[in-house]
Amino acid sequence: MPVAPAELRSSSARPILAALKEAFGAALLALGLSVPILALRTEQDISNQLVLRPRWDYVAVAVLAAFLGRLLYLAAAAANARRAPRQAAAAWVPPAGLARFVSIAGLIVLLLYPPIALALTGRAGAIKWIDNFGIQIMIYIMLGWGLNIVVGLAGLLDLGYVAFYAVGAYSTALLAQNFHLSFWLCLPLAGILAAFWGILLGFPVLRLRGDYLAIVTLAFGEIIRLVLINWVPVTNGYAGISGIPRPSFFGLPFNASDQGFAAFFGIEFTPLHRLIFLFYVILALALLTNWVTLRLRRLPIGRAWEALREDEIACRSLGINTTNTKLTAFAIGAGFGGFAGSFFAARQGFISPESFTFMESAVVLAIVVLGGMGSQIGVAIAAVAMIGGTEILRELDWLKDIFGPAFDPTQYRMLLFGLAMVVVMIWKPRGLISYRQPSIFLHESKPVRADMVKEGHG
Amino acid sequence: MAAASTPLLQVEHLTMRFGGLVAIDDLSFSAARGDITAIIGPNGAGKTTVFNCITGFYKPSSGRMLLSLGDTIGETEIAALTASGTRSKVLPAGSAFLLERMPDYEIAARARVARTFQNIRLFAGMTVLENLVVAQHNALMDASAWTIAGLLGLKRYRDAEAKAVERARLWLDKIGLTERADDPAGDLPYGAQRRLEIARAMCSEPAMLCLDEPAAGLNPRESADLKTFLRSIRAEHGTSILLIEHDMSVVMEISDHVVVLEYGRKISDGPPEEVRNDPKVIAAYLGVEDEEVEKVEAEIAQ
Repeated sequence: MPVAPAELRSSSARPILAALKEAFGAALLALGLSVPILALRTEQDISNQLVLRPRWDYVAVAVLAAFLGRLLYLAAAAANARRAPRQAAAAWVPPAGLARFVSIAGLIVLLLYPPIALALTGRAGAIKWIDNFGIQIMIYIMLGWGLNIVVGLAGLLDLGYVAFYAVGAYSTALLAQNFHLSFWLCLPLAGILAAFWGILLGFPVLRLRGDYLAIVTLAFGEIIRLVLINWVPVTNGYAGISGIPRPSFFGLPFNASDQGFAAFFGIEFTPLHRLIFLFYVILALALLTNWVTLRLRRLPIGRAWEALREDEIACRSLGINTTNTKLTAFAIGAGFGGFAGSFFAARQGFISPESFTFMESAVVLAIVVLGGMGSQIGVAIAAVAMIGGTEILRELDWLKDIFGPAFDPTQYRMLLFGLAMVVVMIWKPRGLISYRQPSIFLHESKPVRADMVKEGHG
Repeated sequence: MAAASTPLLQVEHLTMRFGGLVAIDDLSFSAARGDITAIIGPNGAGKTTVFNCITGFYKPSSGRMLLSLGDTIGETEIAALTASGTRSKVLPAGSAFLLERMPDYEIAARARVARTFQNIRLFAGMTVLENLVVAQHNALMDASAWTIAGLLGLKRYRDAEAKAVERARLWLDKIGLTERADDPAGDLPYGAQRRLEIARAMCSEPAMLCLDEPAAGLNPRESADLKTFLRSIRAEHGTSILLIEHDMSVVMEISDHVVVLEYGRKISDGPPEEVRNDPKVIAAYLGVEDEEVEKVEAEIAQ
């Protein structure tokens, strides 16, 4: 699309007229689309009959928005074309120190996040900020990093990642319920079981690539969810499993009892203690994921994953067992998903199949793609933006003053989600951090431009 | 072929059918240890198919491909191995591998056959050095104790990695790409990519190096450099080379032994001078009719 304005300018003597023409075309398209979708609404009247309520004002707004939006876009593109060529911006690679600085700064912010939230918002507010924002975002960062191993490094497009998250969560719930194991025992077991299921999924899809792999992994995710729904004697179906034990602090439960955490340290009991503890647990788990991933990238197995993404046939010609390589990628990625699921179950205390829909897989994959496949910092930034952004929508109550009391900003979550995706894909088609850091270097480590690197294609 | 020594590779009655199409028809030849063996023939003669069979990318319809990593392996032992149904055998004189029974990665890892591709297959998004380190995957994997020693950062792995980088550096010096070690492989010019692909194959320390049209797309100077490079590989590392090539100047100058294919059949086999003057080969390359071949043969006989 960016080509169109440039062509218009050169072909037409009057660029403004041409732009108006194009904007008029966009408005016409908007009219054609909005008439069937927006113009008429079926409603029940007082006598319970269906009547059509015309909403031409909506159509007018949509058409006007398309007209003005297109005009603005063309103006911006023309202004952009007059400035320095775009290529310079696309090929920009941050200096070596910046990535390091950002990761260290990010780590410090994360470590200090609970006290900062507590200081800024007080006890009542901190519950929301630590739980809804902090813990929720950290879970998705961890899931993103786990999936990044499979999609970003090994290049295997996995649309069913939520299945392993579910396996981890249900393993924890069932082990705790049936064998009365504590969270700290369930956590590693859940990771191992999820990794095992990763291998089980890996075997049948070894020969598949690209779209076919994506479809089968998607189906696998759905199979797991349907089994969870229908195997009622074990999973309790839609009703889910409740009463999952909460993580304890070296054996000290977070409650108001005399044996509790607060009593032991002689401080006043507040539910915040548990939330702050949970935040640090998921932070530690996510950092473990990150550390292992960064380490594995510099080991033969990690290089084999990346080589597999680049060219599978060349890998085999060099004696790399691609079967094992793919299975380890699936297993390790799934294992981290299982850890995250186990944590999720223990944090909620209750799980049901509704937490493990395809939408979750899509969100995690979107985080990996938006962040820049293979980039750890990019994935973290994307998770903060996407999950934090949707949580922020709940806070926008003042919008009700503008759009009326019936307006609920959270309803627009998916719309904004899609919009953000489209904008990033136009602006940075290879994700926010679109360069690859070599795993080893002789003289100096030079980032590899994204257009060189293959995308996850199966 | 010396009678006392078993050839490195013995291909016997190799046949490859794709549905009704017979790509290779009852092909037998052998490549002697330390030799440069060339396979030539017109387009579509089945040269690359032979390569794909040897390196395990295709499973041949029938035939035996024996690779021996020892000086002399007796006929009886070979027959016993063939009858046993196993893939390979470690014998006192060396190991013998039946390539048609092995998957591709195992041929590369255990039988030590490395290859390059007609359309270069580098890891384009990885740096030149990374390409050479990935080629040493199996040695590094052992050193890292399936990742555990590597994850813990044990000295044993760090030493192995330093050694791998040292070997990569040696090959970088040889192909003149040391300065570009940290650039993405996809950024290199075409000729350098060809050299890098050969160096990558050599980093896996092969006993036999299979090169699929290494001179394709090279200019005359690069072609001349390639000849020197291939000779030095054989002289310094003792690696036998199996070569598919269209550039006759390369084939005739460096090969010890030439096999000529046409329509999947072997039409000539021998030292380069002999093959060059073989009327059947001339006919195949110049595309004369069958009757004319007989005429040419008759003329030569006179």
